[in-house]
Formats: sequence, C-alpha cells, structure tokens
Amino acid sequence: MTDAKAPLLEMRNIKKSFFGNQVLADINITLNEGDVLGLCGENGAGKSTLMKILFGMDVIRDTGGFEGDILINGEKVTFDTPFDALNAGIGMVHQEFSLIPGFTAAENIVLNREPVKKNIVSEVFGERLNTLDYNEVTGRAEKAISKMGFSIDKDMVISDMPVGHMQFTEIARELSKDNLKLLILDEPTAVLTEKEAEALLESIKRMSEKGIAVIFITHRLQEILTVCNKVVVMRDGLVVKDIPAKDTNIREITRAMVGRNVDMNAAPADSIENKTDVSTDIIMSIRKLWVDMPGEIVRNVNLDVKKGEILGIGGLAGQGKLGIPNGVMGLHEAGGTVTFNGEEIPLNNPRKCLDSDIAFVSENRRGVGLLLDESLEWNIAFPAMQVQGKFLKNYLGGLIKWRDEDAIRKITEKYINELAIKCTGPEQKAKELSGGNQQKICLAKAFAFEPKFLFVSEPTRGIDVGAKALVLDALKRFNKESGITIVMVSSELEELRSVCDRIAIVSGGRISGILPASASSEDFGMLMVSQVK
Amino acid sequence: MNETLERTGFKGRVKSAIDSFGLPRLIIACFLLLLFVMAPIVGADFATQITNTLNRFSWNAVLVLAMVPMIHSGCGLNFGLPLGIISGLLGATLSIELGFTGGFSFVMAILLATPFAILFGVGYGWLLNKIKGGEMMIATYVGFSSVSLMCMMWLLLPYHSPTMVWGLAGKGLRTTISLEGFYDKVLANFLKISIGNLSIPVGTILFFAVLAFAMWAFLHTKTGTAMTAVGSNPTFAKAAGVNVDKMRMLSVVMSTWLAAIGILVYEQGFGFIQLYMAPFNMALPAVSAILIGGASVNKASITNVIIGTFLFQGIVTMTPTVMNSMIHMDMSEVIRIIVSNGMILYALTRKTEGSK
Repeated sequence: MTDAKAPLLEMRNIKKSFFGNQVLADINITLNEGDVLGLCGENGAGKSTLMKILFGMDVIRDTGGFEGDILINGEKVTFDTPFDALNAGIGMVHQEFSLIPGFTAAENIVLNREPVKKNIVSEVFGERLNTLDYNEVTGRAEKAISKMGFSIDKDMVISDMPVGHMQFTEIARELSKDNLKLLILDEPTAVLTEKEAEALLESIKRMSEKGIAVIFITHRLQEILTVCNKVVVMRDGLVVKDIPAKDTNIREITRAMVGRNVDMNAAPADSIENKTDVSTDIIMSIRKLWVDMPGEIVRNVNLDVKKGEILGIGGLAGQGKLGIPNGVMGLHEAGGTVTFNGEEIPLNNPRKCLDSDIAFVSENRRGVGLLLDESLEWNIAFPAMQVQGKFLKNYLGGLIKWRDEDAIRKITEKYINELAIKCTGPEQKAKELSGGNQQKICLAKAFAFEPKFLFVSEPTRGIDVGAKALVLDALKRFNKESGITIVMVSSELEELRSVCDRIAIVSGGRISGILPASASSEDFGMLMVSQVK
Repeated sequence: MNETLERTGFKGRVKSAIDSFGLPRLIIACFLLLLFVMAPIVGADFATQITNTLNRFSWNAVLVLAMVPMIHSGCGLNFGLPLGIISGLLGATLSIELGFTGGFSFVMAILLATPFAILFGVGYGWLLNKIKGGEMMIATYVGFSSVSLMCMMWLLLPYHSPTMVWGLAGKGLRTTISLEGFYDKVLANFLKISIGNLSIPVGTILFFAVLAFAMWAFLHTKTGTAMTAVGSNPTFAKAAGVNVDKMRMLSVVMSTWLAAIGILVYEQGFGFIQLYMAPFNMALPAVSAILIGGASVNKASITNVIIGTFLFQGIVTMTPTVMNSMIHMDMSEVIRIIVSNGMILYALTRKTEGSK
C-alpha cells in the first residue's frame, strides 16, 4: 500500500510480559479511520493488556513497559499516562463504570473539561475559581448525546439511572471530546438489555460513519458480525485471526478463540482408557442449584458427577462456573439440593460438606485457601485436624486434644517432597512462597484431608507453566491412585481437556452442555457462547 | 537474594538480631537499663526499685495475659477490659459481703466472679460478632459504658458489710475498700523471698505462671489452633469447617474471665479494692504492655506478655522515682501520668497488623 494515507492506528510488534510470563507476543494491528474492529478472545488471551498498553495505563509501565511501537496517523507515539492517550484522541469506556453517582449525566459528560465563565473572584484568585457555564454544559452534553444517537436524560442523576443508561453516559462522555478519533469499548453490551444493545450497535455505526474508529471488545460474537468490518481474534497473547467480518462466521471465530489444533488436543488416549473403570454410579447429584456469589451467579444448575471421574467445569468468566463449588461448599449463599452418596447435604454449612469427606481447593488462594501468617505445617494439617481429628494426641480420655507436632511435621515434609514445593522448610510462612508453591500447599491441604470427593477451582490461575504441569499431574495421580472423584473448575479449556474425562460448560448460570474431553473445540466454543446472544 | 547477602557478615547479623527482637523493645529495654543504672547514682535504693518493679509486674501480668485470647481470635486488642474487671470487682465485693475472710475470700472471689465474667463475656462476644471489623472501637465504648453503669450500681446494690459501705449512710459502696483481714497480699506473701530491701512476690508470679502455662497449653490444643486460625484468616477457618463466631465468642469469654482474675490479683497485691471510675483506666496500660511486648493486632505470645509487662511496668515504676530523686521535689504522680500515657501513645503507634 503506498502511503496515500497513513492508517489511523498501527500497533507494531507489541510484546509484553508480566514477571517473565509472556502475555502478548508480537501483536500487529492496523486500523483506519471509521473502521470498527471487533476484538475477541477467551479470558486471559491478552485483550485487556493490549488495550491497557494502547491507553498508556500505569500498570503497564509499573511492570516494566512493553516492546513494540504504536503509530497514530503514521507517527510514533508514546503514552506515559492515560492523559497522553486522551490528548491523542483515544477514548475508552471501561468495563467498570467511572461515573460520579451524585452528578447528572450532563455534568458527568463534561467532567474535568467543564466550560467556565470568569467571575470577580476568579479574576483575583485565578482560574480555578471560575464559574461553571451551565448553559454550555447542557449544550455540549446534548450535542454528545445526539452524536451517540441514543437518547438519555441529560439531567438525570447517575445513581437514579438504569445500568444501560450509565453505559451510554460513559460513551457520550467520550464522544463529547472534540478530538476523539478512536474509541475503545470494553464489553459495553454486557450490562445492556437487548434493546439497548441494539441501540448501542446502531450508535457505533453512526460513529464509524463520522470517521471515528472503534475497537469493540465483546463476548457476544453476533454483535461483532453485525457491526464490525474487521475481526481480530486473540489467543494466548497472539493474534490468531485477522480478517474482514464479512468473510467469517461465528463458528469460525469460536474455533479460533478456543481451539489450537482441533484434533490434537483431545485428552491423551491413556487417560481415557484407564477410565474404563469409571463406574456409572452417580456420586454427587446437584439439582436446581442457585448460588449468590458476586460476579459468578449460578441460576439453575443440574449436574451429575460419576464416581471416580474427573469432571471439568468450564465457561467464560462471570458465567457462574466458580459459583458451583463455592455454593456447594457453603462459602456463598446457595439453595437447591445436593445429594452425595445418596444422602442429601445441607447447603450453607461448610462443616457438613467436610464431614462427608468433600474437600475444596478454592480459586481464592490468599483469601480462602491459606493462612498466610502461619507455617506450612499449619496450612496443610489444619482442616484434617479440625474436621477429622487427625494429628492430635488425646489426653485425659479425649478431654485434651493436643496438637501432634511430630505427625504434622511428617505429613508436611511428605507433601513438600511429593509436590516439589520450594520452601525453606515446613515452618516457613505461607505468605513467603510463590504463587505456584502456594497452590501446591492448597492441594497438599486437600490431599492431607484424604477426601472422597474434591472440588478444585482454578488450580493453575496465576502460576507458571512448570508449576501448572506439576499441579495437574498431582491431581491426575491423586484421582488415579486413590480413586478420588474430582470436579475441576477452570477458565482454560485446554487445561480441562488435558485432564478431565467429561467437561461441563457453564453459561449464564446454567449448564449449557456436557461433552467428553475429546469433543472438538468448536463444540465447546459454541456451548460457551450459546446463551450469550 | 539481596536479603541473604545483607544478612551475612557482622553488620547483617546485628541487623537481623535487632529485627527479630524489635527496635521499639530494644529502645525501651535500653532506657529501662539506663534507669536502673541511674537509680543508685541519684540516691534511690536499688533493691527497693527492683522490688517495686517486680511487684507491679506481678500485679499486672494477668491483666495483660487477658489480651491474648482475643488477639488470637482476631477480635483485636481487648479495650473492653473494664467489663471483665467489673466481673472481678463483683466477685470481690460479694465474697466480702458473704462474710468470707482471709485467703479463702480470694478463692471465693474468683468463684463468684466467674459466672459474671461468663455472662458478661457472652453478651460482649455476641456484640463483637455483630460488628466484625470494628471490634476495637466498639470494645472501647463497651468498657467505658459498663464502668459508668456500674458507678450507679455500686451505690444502689444492697451491700451491707460495714467494711465496705459508707459509714454514715450505711449503704452504697465506698470508692476504696481495704483488703486487710481479707485477701491482702495473700499470693504475694506465699513463698515470699526477702533479702534485705529486696523482696520477691513468688506466690503472685507463680499464680501468673500457672495461668500463662494454661494459656500456652490451650493454644496447643485443637480448639486453640482453631482460634488462632480464625484470627489469622476467618474465611480459611470457615472453609475448614470451624465455627468462626463460636471461636470468637469463646475467646471473648476467656479474655473477660482472665480480666476478672487479673483485677483480683492486682487487688491482693495493692491491698485495696478500687471501685467506681478505677476500672476506666485499666485497659490502656494492659494494651500498651502487650504491644510493647511485640504483639501485633492479631498475633501474641506468652513471651510478648512477659516482656511487655516487665518493660512497661518497669518504666512506669522507675521513671518517677529516679526523676524525683534527681530534682528533689515530689512530682512522682505527675511524672507517672506523663510516662504511662506517653508509653501508651508510643505503644499504639507501634501497632502492627499481620498480612491479610
């Protein structure tokens, strides 16, 4: 292409790693004026990081900056702060609202760029004491709202608005900036009703007609096809697909999002063969489960877990997969019925689950999984001690239950060796270990409990590749050697497919389907987005 | 990497030694040492100073020990100590009212204080379970308001023992009640060692040692372990099947009971029962002592109790005497107030919390 007109935005060879963990590898994206780019990918694919780089967020610089160049209108730019990005004409609407609840829509739209009038006081004391020009405020807000094409009440206070309107206020705020050339929308439709979402898509089209480029991040693939003229799919820090929207379809996008080589990644043959002994007995059956876990609401889950299997639970973030184990284990308020080995387990009572030999490795390592200020010994032995009375010496006919330090030391050393936990010794404090080793401690804690049934939630979140393999191997071994039924929840489909026998996909707080691990990535992908229209 | 490098070599070793002992404690210990050295120079009798320090240590140690259970269960520092003290005072006055005398009145005071301590502790614990996160603020006001309520009750309760009521009115308890003939120095004189001016209240120290050992032992049991875990991470404890509220309740009851025993021990050493506003100012010295001893808001050990009580009481006892002798004027009360409140202030600035 000859340099007739340089593209509006060009990102060249963008690379970024967090603490040695590469999250973006060589990203190239080009965007012209009026382009609408649909950016999709699974959680953790690197979308947010890429946008943070583009927007000059502090977190990028604090973690060592990035490699590669950003060019705007053919000129190389460096954004040290989001303000630089704003000045260059980039606007961003974040997933979380940044509005002032007590202000009206109009006030929020012009916030910190308020039109002002001079008055006597400000003549004397400087411009910080200028009066706001309310007519002008209203005028600008009206203009921005009409530009957006979806009408919201400019005089309504934010806290009185439905969420959808808040979202539109944010967009109007970006549009009110005269130099706006590129608008980034991070999952803007997630909180919108169908009607509002349509209106938003409509207004995106209008913006594009006016020459504003839009980067549109969403999980709702249909929307991308409707409004975008270009689709970029990211996976594991790479752009795996970059094609015009009209040349693709949902199925192709999903496959690009989740699958590597579709056939190669089915669970290894041996793990399936060995599962011939998986009985058809149902060890746990969950009926009509609802869980009120913030951000991971479970609406109605029916699920049967077979004895001796490893069942995976996958799905996109926020769809409720994490809510299932947390609800069953009583850590968040829940309702419905859970039967384990033929007996009903009362919900909202962690102790009852533990008494039935069900253990849980929480996704929230630091918050739920560990006693950060205590020794590894305590961390590993604690639940088994409290619930099953292990590692205790009884005196005076059981009246005094004394901690058996020797037994605790022995079991801790055993797991430190078995799981290759890197530490200075059993007495080291849990907070001093690295994430991967902390995760291993959480597993050791569950193993020391010797459960019949184990929930594992996001066992590899935030740990490096080596530790990942070890953790997953430990789970597989535990399942095989001790015949423990494991339910593993993970956002990483590939990980589930390499470990599990069957995988249930959660979408919208419900199980949208259960497939064998050998099913194709496309099928999983379809289930993940099935209820997300 | 850097840390290991730093810690080798002499300088590093000194630094790590200071880190493990704690700089604040080191400063206070040096200051106390200085006072001990200066005492003979300015003409104060050394043996008497030691005796005073030991006495005050033995009176206060149990009150400081009362901090431990609530710190372990994550309820923070027990600023509501006066509530437990009031249970102790009820036990003490009832024991005298019912006509017990001598050493036996001490035993009875403990027995009579116990049901009150449990009752008050349960109520206090229930309240603290309702306001998780703001325990220390609420505890302070529980202490203050209970003292004020009891100011009325001491007048109104139907006490009749002539040793305790106002002489003219024949009813209402006096502000200060002498324990002579009751349990004055009953522990202090047990196995007491006297060498010249130096005397050591072995009985009182032994009594504290027994309670401290019991506390240490409790923390090594299943329940004690659960209590510590609740303080360290309540969510972890909940996920491990521990009843968090029950553990916190237990710790509050234990703390209140220990405060009741603590005040009885204090009284037997001091020789008087102090009523009305006296319990008002008992919580802060105990809080300060355990903080100076190196405890944090959610970690405390018996060693913290012993070191802290000794340092705090040592400074509070020694400073006024030494200063008085230096300036030849009786300012001891003023200095005592300045020093003890200064120590409290200092201790509160040292307040540290564990990682969450």
